[in-house]
Amino acid sequence: MDAILLQILNGLDKGSAYALIALGLTLIFGTLGVVNFAHGALFMVGAFCAIFLQRLLGTSFEIIDETQKDFLGNPLKVQAPYIEYWFGKDIGASIIDWSVPLAILLTIPVMLVIGYVMERGLIRHFYKRPHADQILVTFGLAIVLQEIIKYFYGANPIQAPEPSAFKGSVDLGMMLGFQANAIVYPIWRLVYFAFSVVIIAGVFAFLQFTTFGMVVRAGMVDRETVGMLGINIDKRFTIMFGIAAAVAGLAGVMYAPINAPNYHMGMDFLVLSFVVVVVGGMGSLPGAVLAGFLLGILESAASTTWATTTIPGINQIIIYLVAIIVLLTRPRGLMGRKGVMED
Amino acid sequence: MSKNDLTRRGVLKTGAVAGAGLAVPTIFTAGSARAFTNEPTGSNVVLGFNVPQTGPYADEGMDELRAQELAVQHLNGEGDGGCLATFSSKALDGTGILGKKVTFVTGDTQTKSDAARAAAKSMIEKDGAIMINGGSSSGVAVAVQGLCQEAGIIFMAGLTHSNDTTGKDRKKNGFRHFFNAYMSAAALAPVLEKAYGTDRRAYHLTADYTWGWTQQESIAASTEAMGWETVENVLTPLAATDFSSYIAPVLNSGADVLVLNHYGGNMVNSLTQAVQFGLRDKQVNGKNFEIVVPLYSELMAAGAGANVAGVYGSMNYNWQLDNEGSKAFVKSFGEKYGRPPSNSAQTCYAQVLLYADAVARAGSFDPCAVAEALEGFQFDGLGNGPTLYRAEDHQCFKDVLVMKGKEAPANEFDLLEIVDVTPVAQVEYPADHPMFGGAEATLGECNPGA
Amino acid sequence: MLGLNKHDAMLFVIVLILTLLAPFLLNPFPQGSSLAQFNAGYPDLMQRFVIYGIFAIGFNILFGLTGYLSFGHAAFLGMGSYAAVWIFKLLTYNVVPAILLSVIVAGLFALVIGYISLRRSGIYFSILTLAFAQMSFALAYSVLSNPKFNLTNGETGLQVYSNDPQWLHRASLPDMPHLFGLSVRSTYTLRMNGWTFDFNSGYYICAAIMILMFYLSIRIFRSPFGMMLRAIKSNQQRLNYTGLNSRPYTLAAFVISGMYAGLAGGLLAAMDPLAGAERMQWTASGEVVLMTILGGAGTLIGPVLGAGFIKYFENIFSKINDNVLHQWFAFLPDGMEDLMVTIVHPFIGKGWNLTLGLLFMIVVIFLPGGLVEGGQRVGRVFRRRDRKASGAEAEAARQRRTPAE
Repeated sequence: MDAILLQILNGLDKGSAYALIALGLTLIFGTLGVVNFAHGALFMVGAFCAIFLQRLLGTSFEIIDETQKDFLGNPLKVQAPYIEYWFGKDIGASIIDWSVPLAILLTIPVMLVIGYVMERGLIRHFYKRPHADQILVTFGLAIVLQEIIKYFYGANPIQAPEPSAFKGSVDLGMMLGFQANAIVYPIWRLVYFAFSVVIIAGVFAFLQFTTFGMVVRAGMVDRETVGMLGINIDKRFTIMFGIAAAVAGLAGVMYAPINAPNYHMGMDFLVLSFVVVVVGGMGSLPGAVLAGFLLGILESAASTTWATTTIPGINQIIIYLVAIIVLLTRPRGLMGRKGVMED
Repeated sequence: MSKNDLTRRGVLKTGAVAGAGLAVPTIFTAGSARAFTNEPTGSNVVLGFNVPQTGPYADEGMDELRAQELAVQHLNGEGDGGCLATFSSKALDGTGILGKKVTFVTGDTQTKSDAARAAAKSMIEKDGAIMINGGSSSGVAVAVQGLCQEAGIIFMAGLTHSNDTTGKDRKKNGFRHFFNAYMSAAALAPVLEKAYGTDRRAYHLTADYTWGWTQQESIAASTEAMGWETVENVLTPLAATDFSSYIAPVLNSGADVLVLNHYGGNMVNSLTQAVQFGLRDKQVNGKNFEIVVPLYSELMAAGAGANVAGVYGSMNYNWQLDNEGSKAFVKSFGEKYGRPPSNSAQTCYAQVLLYADAVARAGSFDPCAVAEALEGFQFDGLGNGPTLYRAEDHQCFKDVLVMKGKEAPANEFDLLEIVDVTPVAQVEYPADHPMFGGAEATLGECNPGA
Repeated sequence: MLGLNKHDAMLFVIVLILTLLAPFLLNPFPQGSSLAQFNAGYPDLMQRFVIYGIFAIGFNILFGLTGYLSFGHAAFLGMGSYAAVWIFKLLTYNVVPAILLSVIVAGLFALVIGYISLRRSGIYFSILTLAFAQMSFALAYSVLSNPKFNLTNGETGLQVYSNDPQWLHRASLPDMPHLFGLSVRSTYTLRMNGWTFDFNSGYYICAAIMILMFYLSIRIFRSPFGMMLRAIKSNQQRLNYTGLNSRPYTLAAFVISGMYAGLAGGLLAAMDPLAGAERMQWTASGEVVLMTILGGAGTLIGPVLGAGFIKYFENIFSKINDNVLHQWFAFLPDGMEDLMVTIVHPFIGKGWNLTLGLLFMIVVIFLPGGLVEGGQRVGRVFRRRDRKASGAEAEAARQRRTPAE
């Protein structure tokens, strides 16, 4: 029982990252009808916002410490962050400690701008082009974004730890009456789960309860008619692209402590997120979220020892197996609409 | 039909001669007058450095490239000469190799065996490289080693830790300076015994491919020999980035040690996440829960950051090693690049020097002569202390370092400390050890190409 | 000629000549000159050009004609390679049975995967093929290489060991892949004051097969079957309404292109008897998509051009390091030299991916019909008055520009 609960928890946690990325992808599909292969790269750029802020806050001047030697035997240069110098050691250190949550404030505007520029400067010219062209151009963009990050930050993963207040784990099992150590879970992962629920709810509320969202939803169903009603749907769709980029970025920035960011982390998620979107049903936002959590749980279940001893290697292929079964039994994914991306 | 390898090789040459009517076929390159592949004829000799320049191990590859450039400089008498002064063999004098100036070409392995072979072929066929050096994974090492054997040039592997490289896939034209999974296990076991006792229950997470399996097999064998119990071995997909569903059940399994048979990005993520799960703060069976990472590298330690604190692992070399060769190399490398060398950098540097020295001692670039000069070669002064290149399997034997993550590192290069230098006698094994292909494994015949 | 119309015949002859003269054309710079870096006429790369050319030609039969975008074609390439290496291990180093088996194996898998995947269209089809390919990759990389049942040899790649049975191998045959005794590695090098040209038997084996496959693809493009496939691309629904069942046609196209991929995989293994699982990864499938689109999907010659373009970058640009740069700019004053090196540095060597990414974007933004359209634009400048010159290639490029919806 506790093992099952543990894997469900795990699945929800894994699924929250999938759901967030798939949500952003679906926003772009649903509104603009564009296959965005650069979405994984946006996730990665979000994670690097955390690294950027961490480095920025850690900007240091050097003090030469004659008492210590570096590896060549020269006097050691000790790095002293300006921020500790300005605000005092303790406050400065705790600001640096909180760099990941603080990076959210940086990520939102940065990603909105990136999304806006991307849509206006590039994607806009590809609405009428075949999906294959969209794939090629966004894939090219993804490579370029990756290589730019690699140029500045290298290929090695870089740690962006969570604030020390969120370090460590809690024993949820004890709270539920199981024995000690049955269900131990890291605090930050619980935070990530809660965070993703908030973001998902926020996006849905935005689309559901605001006039802007209503117009966008109408535009998703029938773009021409909305346009004919004299509403500038293009402008709203551009903003939606920015929001989708911001969702990807937020998913990335909060993921940084879980998975030390490196320049190709977006590519690692790209295939998976497409599978999630398709299983959920193209263009369906609830479908994307549902499929994200569902695949997360199934992936966790498949990685238990019981599953891998029953069918060796099941943990390697479960996602794809599920995708195939879902697509063959439900032609348009779990909640897909007819006619979206079927040409 | 049964046939043995020897006659087949002999026939290969006659076969080539028989086909000569067609178009003077030679293997790989033409140059019908040459005695062996890419025999240097001008005033230069070309070395091929095949390292990952794109993909997740690009930084590892960069560091290898730095070291190799440095070695070329030293061979040509530029810079401070580095280890040439400390090297026990004095055949090299800083005038290139056999009077020929050393130049080099580079290739990108992309850490894929296909791409690595394409890059190596390009260097051999197009640029006339006389040897290939470097790399950062066992798959690539074995693939390129096989290629160099067929092409008839010398291959020196970079970072490759799998037993297979000098085990069942050993080749006459290939040499490995790096240590292997068996040695890691043999070196780690006594240290783990001292630190954590003999009554431990280990839980293994193992990357689900050849290297992971051999690593796990080696560690399990040597820890079980000292009394540990292996509770569970769980295979994780290579592509995994989130290990939560593998780590979460560990605490409740009754194990009190977690062994992470992961490398590179896998290791950075699994260690980070294991620490995040609070494993190292827990007590199980009345003992502190511990994590072990059998294979360390500087870049992985840097990637995992503070999470390595207190975690044991092993290494081929570390810049903190206190001997004359090591000091000369670290000084030379540090002054040029402003950072201490990684252990794969040292491996690649030493290999370039060793190759050049073997050529100089053999008096020829002929790969067979070079291989003969390297076989059974004993030396000192390249940073690892006294070292032997064993003739039977072309594996290098030297002391193995057991490392531990520092609790309070002073800077980004100071993440690990040496806790033990395991003497070479403790990590030795017979060349026909079952983990290394058993009695069946052979080097085959030397192939000079042409 | 050969049942081709005048235009296609000319195209075919051009391809024939280019392929046969490739050792000259790809080595335009004398050995030792600073531009020799850009020479691509060495056996391995020439082989890769034509093999990936075959792969892309086959992919184009599916994607270019029917519009079905498969994201899993690399799986067939990989299966072909594994089949070929198994022949080398068990039977003989002769490439003929190896290539035949690789085509058959890939064809069978394509039949099964195609039968299932083609039940869906659009992106659902793409994801289904992707899922099958990723499963194949994961299985080949780890599960199917376990010591008890080692089908693929995993990370290291499947290769021939000296203790493999090779039942049909005779002592008089070369100890490497060969065509009835002619080793694929035998090379004749022609030296002409400074220039060197390599004539490699392996290359010419591949080239002959590519020419054959190119001819076959022209015939398919121009056949009633090809027309039917095009009809599926332009409006499958209408086609179904006329009472035609389009599924057998798409399945046939899928299997044919799968067999092309298997052939390419078999040839890869024949030129270099090692089959690695990375060949099957989704990035490899993506690569052939990029090759085809980059060259010009739906055109005859485009995929071959795209394949050459990408392989050239991968093998030539990745090898330019800072040392080479310093040699190039050595004629400049010191400060200028360093400046130029600094400017060019991010785009070459370890940065070759960046250059490739930028080129993808530039080509697809400015040349929607791929490189073929680029060539036509250049051509049109030179022969303004020849209005008839547009031909079938332009037709295809134009078709592509209209949205598929």
